[in-house]
Amino acid sequence: MFVRGLKRKCFDGEEDIEGTLAGIKAIPSYNLQRQSLLDMSLVKLQLCHMLVEPNLCRSVLIANTVRQIQEEMTQDGTWQMINTQSTGQACLDRLVSTDILCRSSREQAEGKHVPGYSAFNKDFEGDQAQDSSETMSTASSVQAPRNLQSNVWEMENPQENKGNFQKSLDQIFETLENKSPNSVEDLFSEVDNSYYDLDTMLTGMMSNTKMGHCDGLETFSSPTTPASNSNCKSDLNELDHIVEILVES
Amino acid sequence: SLAGFGDLMQDVLWCFSQVKGTVDIGVTEADIISTVEFNHTGELLATGDKGGRVVIFQREQESKNQPHRRGEYNVYSTFQSHEPEFDYLKSLEIEEKINKIRWLPQQNAAYFLLSTNDKTVKLWKVSERDKRPEGYNLKDEDGRLRDPSMITMLRVPVLRPMDLMVEATPRRVFANAHTYHINSISVNSDYETYMSADDLRINLWNFEITNQSFNIVDIKPANMEELTEVITAAEFHPHHCNTFVYSSSKGTIRLCDMRTSALCDRHAKFFEEPEDPSNRSFFSEIISSISDVKFSHSGRYIMTRDYLTVKVWDLNMENRPIETYQVHDYLRSKLCSLYENDCIFDKFECVWNGSDSVIMTGSYNNFFRMFDRNTKRDVTLEASRENSKPRAILKPRKVCVGGKRRKDEISVDSLDFSKKILHTAWHPSENIIAVAATNNLYIFQDKVN
Repeated sequence: MFVRGLKRKCFDGEEDIEGTLAGIKAIPSYNLQRQSLLDMSLVKLQLCHMLVEPNLCRSVLIANTVRQIQEEMTQDGTWQMINTQSTGQACLDRLVSTDILCRSSREQAEGKHVPGYSAFNKDFEGDQAQDSSETMSTASSVQAPRNLQSNVWEMENPQENKGNFQKSLDQIFETLENKSPNSVEDLFSEVDNSYYDLDTMLTGMMSNTKMGHCDGLETFSSPTTPASNSNCKSDLNELDHIVEILVES
Repeated sequence: SLAGFGDLMQDVLWCFSQVKGTVDIGVTEADIISTVEFNHTGELLATGDKGGRVVIFQREQESKNQPHRRGEYNVYSTFQSHEPEFDYLKSLEIEEKINKIRWLPQQNAAYFLLSTNDKTVKLWKVSERDKRPEGYNLKDEDGRLRDPSMITMLRVPVLRPMDLMVEATPRRVFANAHTYHINSISVNSDYETYMSADDLRINLWNFEITNQSFNIVDIKPANMEELTEVITAAEFHPHHCNTFVYSSSKGTIRLCDMRTSALCDRHAKFFEEPEDPSNRSFFSEIISSISDVKFSHSGRYIMTRDYLTVKVWDLNMENRPIETYQVHDYLRSKLCSLYENDCIFDKFECVWNGSDSVIMTGSYNNFFRMFDRNTKRDVTLEASRENSKPRAILKPRKVCVGGKRRKDEISVDSLDFSKKILHTAWHPSENIIAVAATNNLYIFQDKVN
């Protein structure tokens, strides 16, 4: 694992917040942050596919974190909703600050003032946020302000570099979220090298050859997980078939 | 004589002594130090690196002419311990990085140490040669074979002095016993056996036997889907050869007695601190994962390191530690970022001083921390080239957590998380410490009056 310095991407609640509504960098809701953490964790597990056997301890800890989030979201009722909602935006945009998640529930309860929470109720997440506020799980006693929204990312959020990495991320999430491609041509048009990595990775998961250490990932195929491996496999088999035809021609 | 700064109730001033390694801006990955260990007398100091090399430093004899030099450490031997390998069955590389080095107590003129990478443990013999035989009959001085038919008289070879040569030879190779990555090795107090621990299993070896090892702990579930916990570190008790401990990724420590059963799946003692429910977050489990466990020299305590704290446990009290020290609590609000850049998975080690009165562990920004168990005072020091003038006293560092930053303080956001001190060592009887900062090894000593 290469060594990196601390990224400044997360808002840590101490940055200056401009006064006007349009300029406010509002901190995203607890649900968004939790979703972001889940997405980040899944990406970390995908990157298991390396030349050297990755750290089993790390994989287990990440998988446990994913499990915790899934359990909480299942109790919330938000798990099913997340997966049926259409992802208009690329998932990378959803990797928002997870500052709230870093705070203990005690700090939340004390009502620590976090600068920058906006009070406007514009519904970014659709119905999800309002529904989940009622069904907030008692398992997590975090009391995130329910009325804050992160309209900001529909505004001029600086566009991340939409290189190959983002593309492959999209494909990873698409595959895992059980979305079948609209057409075979669409699927093929987005193929790049990273897709083949995904192919190999998923095949490895199935057959337990390369990914012996990542066996923990098989928990994703449990009934509570909408994303089903068998669907991935059929998508990939289809892709294999298409590529075979094209290569031979 | 054992010296700990708690004993005399006065502060120890730490001074720079030496630094080993290059000052290049770009660090070659192979040069990154991955383990540091003094031998039982403190005469030798061994380091292992990512490139599979072991470098041993020897303390020079103290000289009456230069008493202030206090015995510097100079290179004694360098050898390639492990090479990269390829596991053809899994299509994966096996890194040559040295995960741990452990010395055996010295029993004759030679030195012995164990070094391990992810899969294979090796016993190395390091010995000096200062004489060589001369006057062979069947070969000449260059080593070329002589024609036997040309030999007309016989002579007896004699030993003649030569320049001192230190040679390292691999005496045993303990391979093919670990499916998962070895994280710990520990020499037993009987000096006949040692253990090696990987993520899911612990094996017991006899030094003389390389083709067999005895499995003493196995936490692999029948169904790998159910895996939620791994072994993170293990160590034998310093005096009781039947007792050892191992720590887990869930923040627990198990003490096992090998006399009770062959397979030590049932612990004799189980150490776990109850979780504070008000402090719970999605990162709670990750930061509770224990990265290192060490018995005190006395054998009465164990020390554990998790992401934010160091804890001391009394072997007689399983339900909570007797002491908890905050290493860098200002990181608690940054766990999200540290999870994102993987720093949250960094495995810091911890060490006792010779008298068990002071404990030391590393942090980020090349900072390391010491905690005096008696006075309850702590200090943050930095391993950096700027403080590298001979016998320069190290100035305590401070991290500013909010509000106004004083002149010498550094703010949390300015910390360099790529400069992490994971490995440190403390001389067994003196106030000499070795601190590994990426590819550099710093040696600090206490101030000589």
